[in-house]
Amino acid sequence: MITYVRNNHVEIVDNLVQHVWLSLLPVVIGALLALPVGYLAVRKRWLYQPVVNAGAIIYSIPSLALFLILPPLLGVGYLSALNVIVGLTLYTLALLSRTVADALISVQGQATQAARAMGYRPIRQLFGVELPMALPVLFAGLRVATVANISLVSVGALVGSGGLGNLFTGGFQLGFVEAIIVGIVLSMLLAGLCDVGLVLLQRWLTPWTRTGART
Amino acid sequence: MINYFGYLFDSANWHLTGDSSIPERLGQHVAYTLVTLVVSAAIALPIGLLIGHTNRGAFIAIALGNLGRSLPTFGLVLLLVTIFGVYQWPVIVALVALAVPPILAQTYAGIRSVDRSAVDAAVGMGMRPMQVLFRVEVPMAMPLIISGLRSALLQVTATATIAAYASFGGLGRLLIDGLNRNEYDQIFAGAVMVALLAIALDYLSAAVERAVVSPGVRERRGRLFSRSAASAPSKTSAEETAVSTSR
Repeated sequence: MITYVRNNHVEIVDNLVQHVWLSLLPVVIGALLALPVGYLAVRKRWLYQPVVNAGAIIYSIPSLALFLILPPLLGVGYLSALNVIVGLTLYTLALLSRTVADALISVQGQATQAARAMGYRPIRQLFGVELPMALPVLFAGLRVATVANISLVSVGALVGSGGLGNLFTGGFQLGFVEAIIVGIVLSMLLAGLCDVGLVLLQRWLTPWTRTGART
Repeated sequence: MINYFGYLFDSANWHLTGDSSIPERLGQHVAYTLVTLVVSAAIALPIGLLIGHTNRGAFIAIALGNLGRSLPTFGLVLLLVTIFGVYQWPVIVALVALAVPPILAQTYAGIRSVDRSAVDAAVGMGMRPMQVLFRVEVPMAMPLIISGLRSALLQVTATATIAAYASFGGLGRLLIDGLNRNEYDQIFAGAVMVALLAIALDYLSAAVERAVVSPGVRERRGRLFSRSAASAPSKTSAEETAVSTSR
């Protein structure tokens, strides 16, 4: 195992780096798109159910199938990295737009009424009151989406861009168990690391959740 | 212009008995998926009920749930096949290993989420432990138990597709063979069929959920918009997000 890592560390690091941006870029894009979608689903109540249903349908499509349905829709070849990035962005969007909507609904109440009574306009109320209060729920969704994306990227190895998944296919073809184990361990470590990072970020962004218990 | 639908709409690929026709691949896929789900449920449900009911070993259920979510499914399938050889059974074992964590974790979470006062009332009425479990806790935990089974079902459907890379049967064959032969119309046919199958299975399990969840329990969960806004930040939303995750 150690010899394998020592002899192939360049390839392993390259795949790890590819894995990081293939999984995290879709989380960022998906989260940014989910905010307006989720907000609209709350403002226009009739949109809520269609958004939830569409999300459930997209989320139920297996990743490999989604990566391979996208090429004609995007007008790219089926080995383009764009398919993996757009596919994972769609999963993130499907998951988070519902989370955003539910989170915004859950914070309606005394605080938002007080904000309105103080003359806050809708946009200021959204960014000043509702979004900060919704952060704990938003982060729960963000953590799930991040961890799911990191474990899904490796499927992309079958369509040309798989990050650590390349170690799985390479190891399988050569009958080389070490490569597969290293890939699995690194993928899980990356997921754990990102999860811890998001927890720390949330603690830093929502200091009031820790003192709230006393009041 | 590529003809995307060439393979999908070629009647030669739709013979019911034909070797490696689309209906045969579909049948294989469904069979593998259901067998895996039944085996996984037989393992995970009793353990989840036990842990939830006694609340002993809860950390196992929680750790397993988190571990299962971050485990790259594709890697696990290829690992077992590389170790044990290219047979069907290592793939089935991998699929079971992927389906057990969500079922177990959700069953545990479901039993723990049952209102303690309902359990106390049941005990006070003189119910035996088994009666408390199956007449009170299981019916009230049913939404979460079913959601665990649903995410396991999606997970298995998706992973069985990828397993075609390791010579597994099912609809994934169309995708993998198409990729190897550089025939996009076959890839597209496989991708569409897999997507439709997954969506159909999800709808079917939603129907099962409606059938087995008691109306009283459903009512309690259904009130999203009418929920008192002053209550704590929506826990159900976070829970449900966590539920619909693993694939």
